Amino acid sequence: MFNYLVRRVLIALPSLLGISVILFTVLALAPGDPFSELANDPSIPPAVAAALRHKFGLDDPIYLRYFHWLVAMLHGDWGYSFASRVDVSTLIMQRLPTTLYVLGASQILALCVALPVGVYAGVRPYSLGDQIASTLALIGFSIPTFFTGLVLILIFSIWLDWLPFVYRTDISATGFAWYWAYIKEAIMPVAVLGLFQGAVWTRFVRASVLDVVRLDYVTTARAKGLAEHTVVLKHITRNALIPVVTLVALSMPIVFGGAVVTEQIFRVPGIGSLLISAILNNDTPVIMGVTFIFSCLVIVFNLVADLLYGWLDPRISYR
Amino acid sequence: MDETQLRAMIGKVRAGRLSRRAFVRRMVGLGLTAPFAGLMLAQEGVAAEPAPFVYKPTKAGGGGTLRTLWWEAPTLLNPHFAVGTKDQDGSRIFYEPLAGWDPDGNLVPVLAAEIPDATKGTVSADGRSVTWKLKQGVKWHDGQPFTADDCVFNWQYAADPATAATSIGTYKDIKVEKVDDYTIKVLFPKPTPFWATAFVGAQFGQIIPKHLFEKYKGGNSRDAPGNLVPVGTGPYMFADFKPGDLVRGKRNPNYHMPNRPYFDLIDMKGGGEAVSAARAVLQTGEYDFAWNLQVEDEILKRLEQGGHGHILITPTGNIEHIELNQTDPSKTVDGQRSSIKTTHPFLTDPAVKEAFNLLVDRASVQQYIYGRTGVATANFINNPKRFRSPNTHYEFNVQKAIALLDKGGWKPGADGIREKNGVKLKVVFQTSVNAPRQKNQEIIKEACQKAGIAMELKAILASVFFSSDIGNPDTYRKFYTDLQMFTTVMGQPDPQEFMRQFLSTEVAQRENKWQGRNTTRWRNPEYDALFDAAENELDPVKRAGLFIKMNDMVVNDVVIIPEIYRPVVSGVGTGLNVWISGWDSNFWALQDWYRNA
Repeated sequence: MFNYLVRRVLIALPSLLGISVILFTVLALAPGDPFSELANDPSIPPAVAAALRHKFGLDDPIYLRYFHWLVAMLHGDWGYSFASRVDVSTLIMQRLPTTLYVLGASQILALCVALPVGVYAGVRPYSLGDQIASTLALIGFSIPTFFTGLVLILIFSIWLDWLPFVYRTDISATGFAWYWAYIKEAIMPVAVLGLFQGAVWTRFVRASVLDVVRLDYVTTARAKGLAEHTVVLKHITRNALIPVVTLVALSMPIVFGGAVVTEQIFRVPGIGSLLISAILNNDTPVIMGVTFIFSCLVIVFNLVADLLYGWLDPRISYR
Repeated sequence: MDETQLRAMIGKVRAGRLSRRAFVRRMVGLGLTAPFAGLMLAQEGVAAEPAPFVYKPTKAGGGGTLRTLWWEAPTLLNPHFAVGTKDQDGSRIFYEPLAGWDPDGNLVPVLAAEIPDATKGTVSADGRSVTWKLKQGVKWHDGQPFTADDCVFNWQYAADPATAATSIGTYKDIKVEKVDDYTIKVLFPKPTPFWATAFVGAQFGQIIPKHLFEKYKGGNSRDAPGNLVPVGTGPYMFADFKPGDLVRGKRNPNYHMPNRPYFDLIDMKGGGEAVSAARAVLQTGEYDFAWNLQVEDEILKRLEQGGHGHILITPTGNIEHIELNQTDPSKTVDGQRSSIKTTHPFLTDPAVKEAFNLLVDRASVQQYIYGRTGVATANFINNPKRFRSPNTHYEFNVQKAIALLDKGGWKPGADGIREKNGVKLKVVFQTSVNAPRQKNQEIIKEACQKAGIAMELKAILASVFFSSDIGNPDTYRKFYTDLQMFTTVMGQPDPQEFMRQFLSTEVAQRENKWQGRNTTRWRNPEYDALFDAAENELDPVKRAGLFIKMNDMVVNDVVIIPEIYRPVVSGVGTGLNVWISGWDSNFWALQDWYRNA
């Protein structure tokens, strides 16, 4: 087990290095630069933008810039943003609480929807309830989040005027009003993300329950005269959830990475919107920082999923 | 009076040659009611003259929270590092310049006691120095006094290349001397008729405190705590800042202007895009003010029906125009296309140039695309009004264009495309990807087809088109096509920097990494001489005359075809009174904003 872990971590290192090389090269080759806004302002001499480019090392060849970045990164220095001249780590830490709150809540909502609905549909396949659940799930993950976001804004902000559609991190109320304001503004983004994710997971849960429900030990359990809810909860759900746990673990990096589109619509200042604005500004250190964390998380959670698998299913062993 | 005459008259009002009042009077003379005449102007896109701003509250504070929405978010709060208006606006909540620009392009004192004036001797007769008297008794938010030392420090700070300030261009060639604690003298290396750059306006003028930034001048400028926690003299004091998301200020109880500011808190939220920003102010009223609503007028009108706010249109000098390449984009000389060693095969022919000018239907572009958010024009310099040429006019006339081309020897070939000596009138017309621009391209293409000119349209992603990337052939600076269209920004209420873009020395080419601003590569010694004269002319009236002459040259020579000048559009919630200037930060008069009781 321990050897397996060490080996996996060692394998992960070159892949992280490879990812960083690819990211850096693609960014360096992409058009635009962080000071194009200065360059297009007639009242600023072109020399100003040129001097800034030079100072920030943007005129160096790509391999040299990458090397500088890598050495700094190995020392734990993430570099600083060209746009705000603030350390990348500070920027990311500022965004993390909002991201965890909104994305975390949406994943919980997704689970709360997917588990009961998926299990119900799987246990009673092709019943009316299953038909409705499957249809809704299909619709749910076929409609892109930007569309559901706009529809929700139209209904709840414009027609009903119940919910705000601009997410604010600085709410000046205190006590209960403060909590309520935070909950109220998160309802729409959480619903958009959670229901989308929930729809995807519902299909997985249903399929996986469907696989288990026909197995002999379920028939045996029923033949023993166990109550239906015991059969469903202890015998079917528990075994059906093994692949679902993997799936959920693999989607955890998304929680940290943010949901770019939804954050843009509701102006949620999460990591996703940080990434988008950094990309638009060609703010290389920030893009590198965020995407690098993201790739680390993908690798880590892959590992976690593999380990979880073994814990849930003792037939799997690590060598 | 028939329709043509009426339209001509509205055109005169638009060009500023006939006052609104005179127009309305004449219409009333014809039996129309005054409001109807006003409506007629409004429908034609001639905005009502803004009433002079009056500040009504009789005490500071008590206004609650002012919620403002920017669809780009400020990323830093040091005005000397500002990249773009979002950063200037964010800093301007806390910092102030000596003077700001009002909507008509006049100076208004902020931290200055008075505006320098030649008649008072504070602007020297030789144009080489300006003396500023500072307002006394102004305190930084931490209680320290604001003095001449702060101004001198700002000059040293910005002029130091190691600081990497974006304001370096304004400060590097000047000298600033302290005369006494409340007087400074700005010295210029040569006679400078437009002296109001250093310490003026939000872009380069905001002043940071010496006592907090002294240690952080030069290479360690990035380490200053003040970069994230501003301590200024402005109407609001720092409360919170999250780069790329939010700026928050609280009322400065010791503000140096009486009874100001009105609001207790100000929020500046950033991010998202323009349409939903407009919605949050106009339709749902979630926010009080939204910045720079670059949204089609039709959508704005629909959102305004929400009843929570209205749009405010402020004039600027920003001009959407079409450039005619003077060099040949199809030939490669010395490894670059559009080299100045070549001449365009037909865009330098007066008949063709003039025909293009007649084929641009500015009135339709205004009416169907920009609505209230753009004004058709024949001039390159449109504002401030003192620089607007009265000598130009525009016309859309396909028949006349056809006649001109016929006369010039351009005959339709077998395929209907005109040609002369084997050269076909086939052009490539590029612009950035942007819905109004693509519609605009279509309108022009259709007119050109009628006149026998084949036009290929090209739309390039804005991040590529406007980049200074020297490796990319599709930038507007390289201009490897025959025609291109975009908006040039006029950042100051003075056309000097703006008109630099037609100088022979500014030609964009490989030798200067295409950083030159003259993208049409038009070269005219007469123009260069006029510009040189304007740079040294100290008589403001004569100087304005020179700029008008330059404007007329580029317009009459059809180097460019001015199309629409684009005012700034802001969304303002019902009951909020704001004072916006197209020549300064949106927050240039933030201390005067208030809500109707």
